[in-house]
Amino acid sequence: MTLEELRTLREKKQQAMEKRDTNGKDIQVIVGMGTCGIAAGAKQVLDEFLAELDSKHIANVSVTQTGCMGLCYVEPTVEVVAPNMPDVIYGRVDKATVAKIVDQHIIGKQLVTDHIYDRPAADIMKK
Amino acid sequence: MHVFICDFLLDIVQNSFEVGAEHVTLVLDEHDQMLDCTVEDDGRGMSETLQKRVLDPFYTDGVKHKKRKVGLGLPFLYQAVSETGGKFNLSSQEGKGTTVRFSFDLDNMDTPPMGDIPGTLMLLFSHPQAKEFTVVRKLTTKKGHGEYEVSKSQLQDVLGNLTESGSLVLLKEFLASNENEIQQYAVDHPLELGMMQEETQK
Repeated sequence: MTLEELRTLREKKQQAMEKRDTNGKDIQVIVGMGTCGIAAGAKQVLDEFLAELDSKHIANVSVTQTGCMGLCYVEPTVEVVAPNMPDVIYGRVDKATVAKIVDQHIIGKQLVTDHIYDRPAADIMKK
Repeated sequence: MHVFICDFLLDIVQNSFEVGAEHVTLVLDEHDQMLDCTVEDDGRGMSETLQKRVLDPFYTDGVKHKKRKVGLGLPFLYQAVSETGGKFNLSSQEGKGTTVRFSFDLDNMDTPPMGDIPGTLMLLFSHPQAKEFTVVRKLTTKKGHGEYEVSKSQLQDVLGNLTESGSLVLLKEFLASNENEIQQYAVDHPLELGMMQEETQK
């Protein structure tokens, strides 16, 4: 695929997107991609988020990476920031949890309570 | 420990982004049974003393994580490469930048599998701290030669900012199509071959 073909593909997709109601606006998914995260499969988790969001026809969630959040023992970790909801860090995230986070948190606006690990470790938080 | 060669790439290239490099280049040159990787940045660089210390798994600069003894990226890579008949070289000039060169012997049975190249490159292109990032990927075997080169600015020009999930899906599709095209020249690296070589060495 050339860059020009990519441009055409993007324009096509954008037109299709504009016709749909999208509910990912202003939502951020931040995946911990430090050495600990990578070793625990953070890359697969991020891939799964993209696949899951794509399958639900949501294209406007911001999916980014960050370093270690200090919760190496529960990697892979994912922070989800959504309007009118508390910022949460989910730990021990696997494929099934990704599906849950997309369905329940991003679409349903409900926290996935059994994977919440709250905030980053105390020495990593900016005071 | 990291499972795939791509995990090492992800880890090492991120170092360059995190020191604020303006331009980072990743070269993946696969030929015969070797994968030669070069990560070159124009970041802060390292003093000679620091260059010696970064391979120590118990050393960290303490900037990113105060009170923590972490910083395992380079030591992990060094260990994986040196245990599998690869090469490792670190050269750096303070204030100018760092170049990490390493090779994996793809026929060595202990070399980690390659992993997902398009997915890894997608992550690197979309890394929030990556300013300009260029990838040069080459594959040369007896079947022929293929290569592609792409940079973050070119991709941003087409896809806009590389954070939205929709753009990332397209980016991965694009990278996968480029990678698939050159994979026609790929050859197998059977484990048996690595085992046979070890036998003859004995």
